[in-house]
Amino acid sequence: MSEPITGITTPIRMEYRYTPGTATSLFLRAMKEGRFEGRRCPSCQKVYFPPRGGCSMCGVEFAESVPLKNTGTIATYTVVNVNFANRTVDLPYVVAEVKFDGADVTTSLLLKGVGVDEVRQGMRVEAKWIPEDEWDFSLANISHVEALDEPDAPLESYKDAI
Amino acid sequence: MRDVAIVSFAQHSQRREDSRNEIEILLPVIRDALAPIGLKTQDMGFTVSGSTDYLAGQAFAFVSALDAVGPWPPISESHVEMDGAFALYEAWVRLQHGDIDTALVYSFGKSSPGDVGRVLALQLEPYLLGPLWPDAVSLAALQARALLDSGKATEKDFARVVARSRRNARSNPFAQLQGDVDEAALLEEPLYADPFRLHDLPPVTDGAACIILAAGDRARELSDNPVWIKGIDHRIDLQAPGSRDLTVSPSTKLAAEKVGIPADVDLAEIHAPFSSQELILIEALGLDESKTAINPSGGALAANAVMVAGLQRFGEAFNRIQAGDGKNAVVHATGGPCLQQNLVAVLEAGK
Repeated sequence: MSEPITGITTPIRMEYRYTPGTATSLFLRAMKEGRFEGRRCPSCQKVYFPPRGGCSMCGVEFAESVPLKNTGTIATYTVVNVNFANRTVDLPYVVAEVKFDGADVTTSLLLKGVGVDEVRQGMRVEAKWIPEDEWDFSLANISHVEALDEPDAPLESYKDAI
Repeated sequence: MRDVAIVSFAQHSQRREDSRNEIEILLPVIRDALAPIGLKTQDMGFTVSGSTDYLAGQAFAFVSALDAVGPWPPISESHVEMDGAFALYEAWVRLQHGDIDTALVYSFGKSSPGDVGRVLALQLEPYLLGPLWPDAVSLAALQARALLDSGKATEKDFARVVARSRRNARSNPFAQLQGDVDEAALLEEPLYADPFRLHDLPPVTDGAACIILAAGDRARELSDNPVWIKGIDHRIDLQAPGSRDLTVSPSTKLAAEKVGIPADVDLAEIHAPFSSQELILIEALGLDESKTAINPSGGALAANAVMVAGLQRFGEAFNRIQAGDGKNAVVHATGGPCLQQNLVAVLEAGK
């Protein structure tokens, strides 16, 4: 008997020209200019950051842009002990779901400067931007968030985002 | 069987959507389908979509698209990785259960972000055929060549199908390709993928469609002139195109037999993305072109949003029956390489 074939490699390569859409394009342009811009649902008034096509609860297009602050609250978080492929952050690290002030949904960002045994829900944080000459149409303009020297936010202020 | 009818239809198709994403294309289409019957998503007994994430190149694109429906409070929802016509079949089966009376079916397909012929190669069997990367156009061209070699059709027949599509599409505001074209002039065009000329191929289309189904008296409440689904069936041929006689469509023929196509059917909306395929399907459906209007919308040669074009055939037939252009229609939708999977339905006007 010859050796059994247990696997084959079939290379696949697809190229796409991505269309972010109207709402996400506004968000990306604002990122390029160093601003946080969310979009408000005209039906339920929730502010999405980043916004996609429309309000995912009401099924309607966004009506207005809402400038957001650089500060927010950790709604929830996870401690990462195994690196993903191509990721070289020192282990262990914390990925926080940050509800920026004025937004109603959270954004996943790297938390730095806080020990994994110190991070907690309600912790107040601030976004840290990469150098201005590197800003692009991308959320990656935010390198990470760092803790603010402020009292924790009450659960009431972020419970709907969990 | 419970009587099920189409009570509303909305669609969109355009050559290329450069500013709007899939959700933004879908939002007004779903709203336009719900508006005439005065209902909202939460009033629907069931919601089901047909699409493929490979078009967007984004995992769970079909879940993102649910944003367009407004699924809060939570709804009962499903998805098929197929044309929306097959999602409509699922909705029809779901309505047969008897515990719900309405269903919303939608599909979306932005064909322009990637190379759609190559994207469709991903649906092939992944061990022996898929790695060769035969694109959808090349496979359909092989089928067209087999049809010519069989003596059942000529290139003039291909041109006749294209000219009819362009001519019929003049009255379809959602068609991308329309007009009066001379069959002889079409044959003067250079070959693109032998034996195809460029006009034998469908255009690249970004689009979306939404159909609302209702059962029995609920359909009569929601619409003054519902269009009833008198029969619906879908069948499949062998997976490997090399194992099939590509000049015939046994699965279409079988589905048509199960459905029972009336001898006096007024119009047919056939999902044939390539000109040669329309000829194969007309034969499999047993249609007489002198009695039945073939693709009055122009069909998929006029606009072909992948994953949407089949559901659009239902909608186009619905529109024409409601407009009084015919009392009944046969609708066909396809999926897979070279007409591998086929769905056939009969629609009829009636109170």
